[in-house]
Amino acid sequence: MSFMDILALIIPAAIVSAAPLIFTALGGVFSERSGVVNIGLEGLMLFGAFTGAVTIYYGEQFGLAGAAPWVSFVVAMIVGALFASIHAVASISLKADQVVSGVAINFLAAGLAIFLTKKIFNAGQTPVISQRISKSDIPFLSDIPVIGKLFFQNAYLTSYLAVFVAFIVWYVLYKTPFGLRLRSVGEHPMAADTMGINVKKMRYVGVLLSGALAGLGGAVYVASISGNFTHSTITGQGFMALAAMIFGKWHPLGALGAALFFGLAQAISISGAQIPGLQDIPKVFLLIAPYVLTILALAGLVGRADAPKALGTPYEKGKR
Amino acid sequence: MQNNTNKMKFLVPLISVFLGLLIGGIIMLISGYPPIEAYAALFEGIFGGSYYMGETIRQMSPLILSGLAVAFAFRTGLFNIGVEGQLLVGWLAAVYVGIFVDAPAIIHIPLAILAAGVAGALWGSVPGILKARFKVHEVITTIMMNYIALYSTNEIIRNFMLAPGERTENVKESASLASPFLQELTDNSTLHYGIIVAIVAAVIMWFLLWRTTLGYELRAVGFNQHASQYAGINVSKNIVLSMAISGAFAGIAGSMEGLGTYQYMTINAGFTGVGFDGIAVALLGANSAIGVILGAALFGGLKIGALNMQAMAGVPTELVGIVIALIIFFVACSYLVHWLMNRVNRGGKI
Repeated sequence: MSFMDILALIIPAAIVSAAPLIFTALGGVFSERSGVVNIGLEGLMLFGAFTGAVTIYYGEQFGLAGAAPWVSFVVAMIVGALFASIHAVASISLKADQVVSGVAINFLAAGLAIFLTKKIFNAGQTPVISQRISKSDIPFLSDIPVIGKLFFQNAYLTSYLAVFVAFIVWYVLYKTPFGLRLRSVGEHPMAADTMGINVKKMRYVGVLLSGALAGLGGAVYVASISGNFTHSTITGQGFMALAAMIFGKWHPLGALGAALFFGLAQAISISGAQIPGLQDIPKVFLLIAPYVLTILALAGLVGRADAPKALGTPYEKGKR
Repeated sequence: MQNNTNKMKFLVPLISVFLGLLIGGIIMLISGYPPIEAYAALFEGIFGGSYYMGETIRQMSPLILSGLAVAFAFRTGLFNIGVEGQLLVGWLAAVYVGIFVDAPAIIHIPLAILAAGVAGALWGSVPGILKARFKVHEVITTIMMNYIALYSTNEIIRNFMLAPGERTENVKESASLASPFLQELTDNSTLHYGIIVAIVAAVIMWFLLWRTTLGYELRAVGFNQHASQYAGINVSKNIVLSMAISGAFAGIAGSMEGLGTYQYMTINAGFTGVGFDGIAVALLGANSAIGVILGAALFGGLKIGALNMQAMAGVPTELVGIVIALIIFFVACSYLVHWLMNRVNRGGKI
């Protein structure tokens, strides 16, 4: 097996498994940059996956055919934002502990999604969908020698959408007045308040956006990877997205890079047995690599990662 | 004022449980299940006979211990979400000693439990050290350590301890907490002696926190790190110690599963959930030893009762998960309860 064959095996797989992580991690960036911790990403992603699976299934019944997954993405974003609004109300308006509220979101999403699945389908999982996002070649780009074969042939459109959205989020956060306000609220809410920025409103927007993007991440996972929703569809991808966000130092493009890297680790752990040289490395090292690396990154061994300064503290007007 | 805060300590959990059950009932009503029948079946499934009581108490033992683990760290101002991982390594250590060591029961059982505690403490101290040395937030590291524990324990079982059925061998009888006496007493439930270990652990936690210098320092760090630092308390040492002791409780919770309920360890596809439930238990119990026991009784009861609820009223067991989530939510939003109480007390003037 030549080196190119190995790359051709791993890189497309890495990009596929990274897409849901990228969306969800970008959601985390919005929420945490506004100063609200979002451990609930896992639950939001899980509920997005459930919503996606149900919407695609019924979309097929109503004859949406190939459009069903795309409709489901929109629905999952709306439902994800609604679900995140619970976290927003609790942690912004009611000043609940943001971590605890996030934990509750995870419990609630897991319980509710399986409860509804059993209610609607009388089974522990949703039916397998037939309309998945299909693989396609990107015109022109796929004709580039070497790179085209690796990155632009036989890939899911959602993966490119994810990369594209990462750049949009970067632009919004760093090049628009809205982004500056959102970040300032997460760094120094009192100063922002003095400048006439509505702290609570900005934080609500941050958390709702995180819900929408995490919901999208879950739906993309169903439409491109799993094909249905069961209790074991989303087990830890949300936390891995959280890790990617931190590993990427709360920066959209950093999160993108980290998510791609984690996707690569996953791809290698799945197809590592076919690759000479990697066959002898126990799979477990590849499985735990993303988590170990995140810990090392946080410990400052891979460059310091500083959280937004006001992260995790509710804002009270007039408090010194 | 003091009197008032004491009253709130009881009222917030009570109101939260009530609201959780109420909204759970509304969810059932909307989705077409009979809430009253369901709750009756749930109640029946907790108290309706010695078998159910035995099962509830059996379910309580790991919940008490994981609740203690979360509560202990909370007292030092640390949020240990890593109980799940510490529980897994403790489970593995207990089963390992249970299988590969030969000793009379009087030595074997304490040794296996001790091994679980040490394993959990070591696993828990890693985030503690990272927090003390590098100021890394423990929430993130403990979550990451959970996954590392899950994959590593599975790999160790697969390579060194595998028995038919994706699990390890049973532990030796001399290490088992199973009790024919308790089983007979409770109509052949799976009740084992673990509950005694759990209660003893609760007493130890209370004693450590409230009757020792170490406990005083740990609580001081939890109240105000900077003030403790100026008072000459070694904050870093206390953070590491707190995480280690918390991890030890979590590891022992794992030994409850390994030596008591299952007598072996399986290759886990996902987390057991006991560690995450510990967060709910600790929150509801306001991080006190007695509160944790009561909280574990409630959640243990709900989980066992859910089985009967599904059998009798056809309501999926997940409803109980939803109710537990709602309860955590309302406890977390105690601000809301305080606000409501103030409003009532001031006769609507605010």
